[in-house]
Amino acid sequence: MSPFFRHRLLPVSAFALLLALLPLVVTSRYYLNLFIFIGIHTLLTLGLNLLMGYAGQISLGHAAFFGLGAYTSGILTATYHVSPWAAMGAAVLVTITVALLIGIPSLKLTGYYLGMATLGFGIIVNICFRELGGLTGGPSGLVGIPPLSLGGVVLDEPRYVYYLIWAVTLGALAVSLNIVDSRVGRALRAIHDSEVAARASGVDTARLKIWVFVVSAMYASLAGSLYAHFVTFISPSSFGFMFSVKLVTMVVVGGMASVWGAVFGAATLTALPEVLAAFHDYEILIFGFILMVVMIFLPQGLTRGCLDLAERWKFCRRGIPAAKV
Amino acid sequence: MLDRVLLETERLSKSFGGVRAVQEVSFSVRPGQIKGIIGPNGAGKTTLFNLITGVYRPDAGLIRFDGETYAGLAPNQMAERGIARTFQNVELFERMTVLENIMVGRHPRTRAGFISAAFRPGGARREERLIREQAGEILRFVGIADKADWVSSALPFGLQRLLEIGRALATEPRLLLLDEPASGLNAVETRDLGRLLGRIREQGITVLLVEHDMSLTMETCDEILVMDYGRPLAEGTPREIQRNPQVIAAYLGEELVA
Repeated sequence: MSPFFRHRLLPVSAFALLLALLPLVVTSRYYLNLFIFIGIHTLLTLGLNLLMGYAGQISLGHAAFFGLGAYTSGILTATYHVSPWAAMGAAVLVTITVALLIGIPSLKLTGYYLGMATLGFGIIVNICFRELGGLTGGPSGLVGIPPLSLGGVVLDEPRYVYYLIWAVTLGALAVSLNIVDSRVGRALRAIHDSEVAARASGVDTARLKIWVFVVSAMYASLAGSLYAHFVTFISPSSFGFMFSVKLVTMVVVGGMASVWGAVFGAATLTALPEVLAAFHDYEILIFGFILMVVMIFLPQGLTRGCLDLAERWKFCRRGIPAAKV
Repeated sequence: MLDRVLLETERLSKSFGGVRAVQEVSFSVRPGQIKGIIGPNGAGKTTLFNLITGVYRPDAGLIRFDGETYAGLAPNQMAERGIARTFQNVELFERMTVLENIMVGRHPRTRAGFISAAFRPGGARREERLIREQAGEILRFVGIADKADWVSSALPFGLQRLLEIGRALATEPRLLLLDEPASGLNAVETRDLGRLLGRIREQGITVLLVEHDMSLTMETCDEILVMDYGRPLAEGTPREIQRNPQVIAAYLGEELVA
């Protein structure tokens, strides 16, 4: 078996098959909706993970790109009756433009400063959603966003939306896996480990950071458009600072620099509040506790942490010293 | 051909606050040479490296490489033009494997961007395969091919130095700058390093070497530049340098001779 087949094609196909069969077993509308949200959050986390986990650049304003996708799609379709697919393309273009305008100056910053800059950006965009009432519907939100349709079929059944969203997310997952294991992906990881050595090795770090920021914003924009057409009603509170933090948490819990970890983190943190619904009053407490435990005991995230344990075992058997993490 | 100059600096200066780290340094390196730079700590050797590789912008002066004058280019642009380097305190990509570290070094000689990375057309796959093969060759050249799959931070220190040299070689440099490559190495490793430098020169790569290990410097270098307090103090063959009274004074202490 070629490594490509074993490490890439096989897991992705198996995962796709699992997802394809799931709606045959799970017919309840509630669970189907939950899986749709996991799909949307996975798409977001995959993009943020490329930026944070691989390139090591933090963004505390990622909900803004999600919102830009959702609002551009929503406004163009609900108010101006543009075709949803064309609106989705327009949303990606708008997001790319904004990401470039924000990324070029702010990616010169590092660490906390980049965090603060993206945080500020996220808050400003959210205020715009709230205050540009004529365009966005203001605090009460934007209603009447039509569902997507494909080949004459209107995708208003959760089952259809489920397949659409997971098809896009799986595509994004495959793209992420490809990027990570490529010339660009190695350069991104190199920036994370030693920016000065990456530059000395000929990597144009400034340019690459902007590119990964744009790619990551595109993922978020797509997720936003899909979200808007699924829920058909959007309001500013879905795209606030708390959601940005939740996305960062998904990346961290799933594991920085792990594509599959992104899926895992998104699934865990989307399902968790539902599972904990009985303890509704303590949800935030439990949430915080889990984050704390992960940060203290598995700073590389759950997936990476388990993989490292497995790798250490494998290397021990082959007589190769374990990686220093 | 022999009197051609590969690298030349002209009155190169750089200050940090009040400290004049490099003052009006003019020197040149001929193609195919191994040239050493020695001098006491704080003499400005590493600053000179950082100026040549574009990490710092000179306050004044010129850098000429292969007939072209550069000012204010970024390190990655200098790497593209054929200047590679290693670092005094080994800078590896610690979470990547040994092979991947070298593969990053192929960056300036390869093309695939985000779009071809994402969708992998045939060309990108071929390029990727080529990068892997070339990286493997370089690992064999520096002698750590058997460690290709190791996470680089797990390598013993001596091998980390070799890996860093390999990564620099992967960029296909015409000029290789090595910043104290023997520091932290034992006697055997230092001797092997000397041989590796010889083989690098055989590949037609010019080497500029900052080193404190005197026996390595004297044995491998064709020419040596001595720096002190940011200025060139003397320049010549190892024999000339060893006999130069100013150099001896700088190393033993000024007041003894004054």
